[in-house]
Amino acid sequence: MVPIVRDARTLRARPAGMNSYLAVLKARFRLLLQYRAAALAGLGTQIFWGLMRVMIFTAFYHSTTATPPISLADTVTYLWLIQALLLLLPWRLDADIQGMIRDGTVAYELVRPIDLYGLWYARSLAGRAAPILLRCVPMFVVAGLFFGLQAPASLAAALAWALGVVGALLLSAALATLMSISLFWTLSGEGISRMLATLAMVFSGAIVPLPLFPDWAQTILAWLPFRGLMDTPFRLYIGHIAPHEALLALGHQLAWTVILVLIGRWALARGLRRVVVQGG
Amino acid sequence: MVGWRLYLRYMSVSLRSQMQYRASFIMLTVGHFLSTAIEFLGVLVLFDRFGALRDWQLAEVALLYGMVNVAFALAEAFGRGFDTFSRLVRSGEFDRLLLRPRSTALQMAGRELDLMRLGRFSQGLFILLWASTTLTVTWTPARVAVLILAIGGGACLFVGLFVLQATLCFWTTESIEIINTVTYGGVEAGQFPLTIYREWFRRLFTFIVPLGAATYFPAMAILGRPDPLGSTPLFQHLAPLIGVAFMLVCLRIWRIGERHYCSTGS
Repeated sequence: MVPIVRDARTLRARPAGMNSYLAVLKARFRLLLQYRAAALAGLGTQIFWGLMRVMIFTAFYHSTTATPPISLADTVTYLWLIQALLLLLPWRLDADIQGMIRDGTVAYELVRPIDLYGLWYARSLAGRAAPILLRCVPMFVVAGLFFGLQAPASLAAALAWALGVVGALLLSAALATLMSISLFWTLSGEGISRMLATLAMVFSGAIVPLPLFPDWAQTILAWLPFRGLMDTPFRLYIGHIAPHEALLALGHQLAWTVILVLIGRWALARGLRRVVVQGG
Repeated sequence: MVGWRLYLRYMSVSLRSQMQYRASFIMLTVGHFLSTAIEFLGVLVLFDRFGALRDWQLAEVALLYGMVNVAFALAEAFGRGFDTFSRLVRSGEFDRLLLRPRSTALQMAGRELDLMRLGRFSQGLFILLWASTTLTVTWTPARVAVLILAIGGGACLFVGLFVLQATLCFWTTESIEIINTVTYGGVEAGQFPLTIYREWFRRLFTFIVPLGAATYFPAMAILGRPDPLGSTPLFQHLAPLIGVAFMLVCLRIWRIGERHYCSTGS
């Protein structure tokens, strides 16, 4: 075993041009677009799951005489948006980075003349954007035509939604990168990433739409970063957040992204200072 | 029977190997407990907002939730070996199993006893216990027997599905993810009474993948309420046996698939 102790400062030595990040993005995109059959099977699974959830929520709506804070039609749209954009959630660790840290190839990543955080962030962003595009378009067509996914509330809402999805992507990539960086401490990382993924799932609204949570919980939910992953863009879509309030919602996403990127950069610098490359 | 003894031997080897990394094992189990327990939070939120699901109260749905989760956790623990089957076929490693003088299904099942599933198991059991004390039913021996039978039948059914998914690999090499709709989807669907679903969905989980036979129908027997779907109490009590039958059929299909196995040769 050859321990390599590296000073984080040398990493910042050469600023990489935007081109190298774009190349990383493009390569990942092309790789993921190869798996069209898997995407089709995934689509079938998502539709089945969506139909089941719509039936469950409809039954709940028909069980009450009170007026819930979000209408059934809007909830159905929300549920289909979850299915279409499920991959916005930081599900799991980047298996490649996990492997690299385990078998020591991460040393090669350190040699590259490019900022490591930027590289990993770009990887994670591309790894998310491609499958989302691949899955979201057919899902919109099918659910829109047959299963009650409504059109956006207005043109302004559609625009705000598109921005919200981009914001969610940036936020999700920041969370996922943070998960990868945590591997420097835990090596296996299953525990932390599973916990984070679970938190993200519940508090982004992926299990139950956030407006249906108890009223006392709304303030906490609004502050947490996770609603930026799903709830913010979805509520912009159905017009639950009016377009003139959109700036605030988008600002919340962006602020959390910046915070998480800063934490990630700091953690990466600390992690690299103590990294021991396995094998050798 | 020699087969059973061999299976127990496999299990003890698997347990001992998992216990080598005790800290990691405990952390993963706790993580698994929390991540599955949080699913129940969703049910709680919905009941908090809507009060009831048709004429079902929280404790009654919790009974279903506990039953299906405990059954699924058992199936995952014992049938985990089948889950990794596509890897065996792709690498050609399955040939080795064929050379051994024991049934391949036994060897597959014995590959791993996944103790980590204790996480889902314990949270399901926890909710089941909470439900059984909150419900106003008196726990007669007959009711307890139906509950245990239902969990056993449900576990058999899920194992059957794992076997079926693995069997398809004989033809496709790749694992067919679409089966996940009825395994994981079944766990989700089984948490709620069958009556809330549309006709086609109900039929799917009654006649094709008879999950209802191990969740909804025995639960009706335990709750002792008339079934709007029109099943008789006798059927409700014996329905879990359908899960066992389902597994036996799946093992039969496994044997057929095995005969079609063509090694990838690598």
